[in-house]
Amino acid sequence: MPKPNIIRFWHGLLRLLVTVVVILGIFGLFLWLMGRDPIKSYRDTFRLNLLNPRGLAEVVVRMSPLLLTALGVAIPFRAGLINVGAEGQFMMGALLGTWVALNLPGLSQSLHLLLVILAGMLGGAVWGAIPGALGWANETITTLLLNYLAPLVVGYFVFGPWRAPELAMYPQTPEFPPSARFPMFFPGTRMHLGFFLGLFFLLAYGYLISRSRWGLELRAVGGNPEAARRLGIPVERWIVGAMVLGGALAGLAGIAEVAAIHGRLKMAISPGYGFMGFLVNWLAFANPIGILIMSFLVAFIASSGFTLQLTQRLPYAAVNVLMALILFTVLAKPFAKGVRR
Amino acid sequence: MSWFLSWLSGAILYAAPILYPTLGEVVGQRTGMVNLGLEGLMLLGASISFAVSFLTQNAWVGILAAAGAGLTANFVYAWLVVHRNASQLAAGLALMFFGIGMSALIGKPYVGQMAAYLPKYPLLGPKSLVFRYDILVYFAFALAPLVWFFLFRTSFGLKLRAVGESPAIAYAAGVSPAFMRYFAAAFTGVMAAVGGAHLALGIAGTWSEGMTAGRGFIAIALVIFSRWNPLRAIIGALVFGGAVVLQLQLQAQGIGVSAFLMDMIPYVLTVLVLLVWGRGVRYVAPASLGRVYFGTE
Repeated sequence: MPKPNIIRFWHGLLRLLVTVVVILGIFGLFLWLMGRDPIKSYRDTFRLNLLNPRGLAEVVVRMSPLLLTALGVAIPFRAGLINVGAEGQFMMGALLGTWVALNLPGLSQSLHLLLVILAGMLGGAVWGAIPGALGWANETITTLLLNYLAPLVVGYFVFGPWRAPELAMYPQTPEFPPSARFPMFFPGTRMHLGFFLGLFFLLAYGYLISRSRWGLELRAVGGNPEAARRLGIPVERWIVGAMVLGGALAGLAGIAEVAAIHGRLKMAISPGYGFMGFLVNWLAFANPIGILIMSFLVAFIASSGFTLQLTQRLPYAAVNVLMALILFTVLAKPFAKGVRR
Repeated sequence: MSWFLSWLSGAILYAAPILYPTLGEVVGQRTGMVNLGLEGLMLLGASISFAVSFLTQNAWVGILAAAGAGLTANFVYAWLVVHRNASQLAAGLALMFFGIGMSALIGKPYVGQMAAYLPKYPLLGPKSLVFRYDILVYFAFALAPLVWFFLFRTSFGLKLRAVGESPAIAYAAGVSPAFMRYFAAAFTGVMAAVGGAHLALGIAGTWSEGMTAGRGFIAIALVIFSRWNPLRAIIGALVFGGAVVLQLQLQAQGIGVSAFLMDMIPYVLTVLVLLVWGRGVRYVAPASLGRVYFGTE
């Protein structure tokens, strides 16, 4: 017998809370084993990243790439595809966007910015289209392999033809001209256009996926490709299309990060935003509201990683351990009943 | 000719650390489990073997520790997949995250240190400079036919493959799918970790973050190429090892091509291999591959 909605809602909230407590407990134990004080670590991360307005603004800034990479995973996910390549698509978007930013001088800001954004999306889209076109039995493994290729392509240009001559010590491109920089909002914070683009595409995704014919076809392909084919839906075209759209959004995240935060292309532009986007989508199960909440949560965790690096001298890699613990805990479904063998 | 000999010699050396995870994954996938966490297991194996052998000054203790860690970590994956009905892809990716993060933490104090190489034994004669390998290389190539024999010529191997084709029918025939999957996962975990350990102690002699550079994923591609046959896995591993050595040799000769472009060779080759051999592979693959088995009433 189905339970009333209100009870289901409270049960869901209770489960979420207990899951969070379990994860905090396991990671606390891990911190303690590493010789750190878990209570002090947790207090620092909450105080510096949630209760402090500047810290909170930084968490929101960090949400912008995550919203976009999570959408880049969510769209293929709805078509039944596992896109683990957002990290590579992010890098390629940054690369192509940088080319337009550095090589088309003398344009008005609005036109130049538009071209930079479109080029970023194109770079990610091409990188997403490759696994989509290679046949969908292996898209998981091809997207993962392309993640290793993309930094090599970026490295070739950043260490080679695009390297800024005046900064011989650091392999990076020259600074973007002002017309190619993303505008910033709210002085004192680093809130940039990318965040609002992320919100816009999240809204568009939420609307189109449930209210449009396109969304219906996409979900039909993901639900039962054979049935979709019999209904006359072009399944292969949707598979490539979903990867192209997903890649474009991950590429937009890449160029946004470069054009807003760094101002020039270099190797270290992503602390794993593509993989974090995968985690966000997995936790949210491609639900638009879930993506908003979970990208805030993961942005908070990523910021906490930097806090722990500073206050506890913990290597940033500890964040990957925490992300893995979250995935492990969620996958273990602590509340599922009737699992037996 | 001498160039060819040194290339072949290097190809065999570099084939070993990829052959281990490939053999492990062949057995795992023969029970129906895809494990994307190989990369994480390899990194765990590399970092732990390096740290332990640095502290104990004994490479063998390091390799044993790596094998134990791989077994334990993959046991978590198997528990999620077998007992908690988790998605294999998600559980594997969680293991990948875990291995990347954990290995960076473990290896951090040892960056830039040197560990004792494994002792090398010449294959042809005591004076020859090429074809000198450590025990793990010989063992890798000896293991492939053993795994083949185990899978295709023993009744235990038959039962193991039956689970991969249909857990329900295997169960009806008196085979426990859960036991077979735990068994295979233990083997996969040990193999992947030993592959990583060989990379750290047999080839590099150092630890650096992310040093396996995607070999865990390349191994999964090689499993597809090998059509789940351990003997064909040798060919795949040699092709990959040959590509790596070719790239190293070209770089050493100082040809005027960027190192970044040369580094792409193994990955591009792997994608091409998937493109050529990946078609129609679904008809060869174990039938229950990647599916969640909910148990039999």
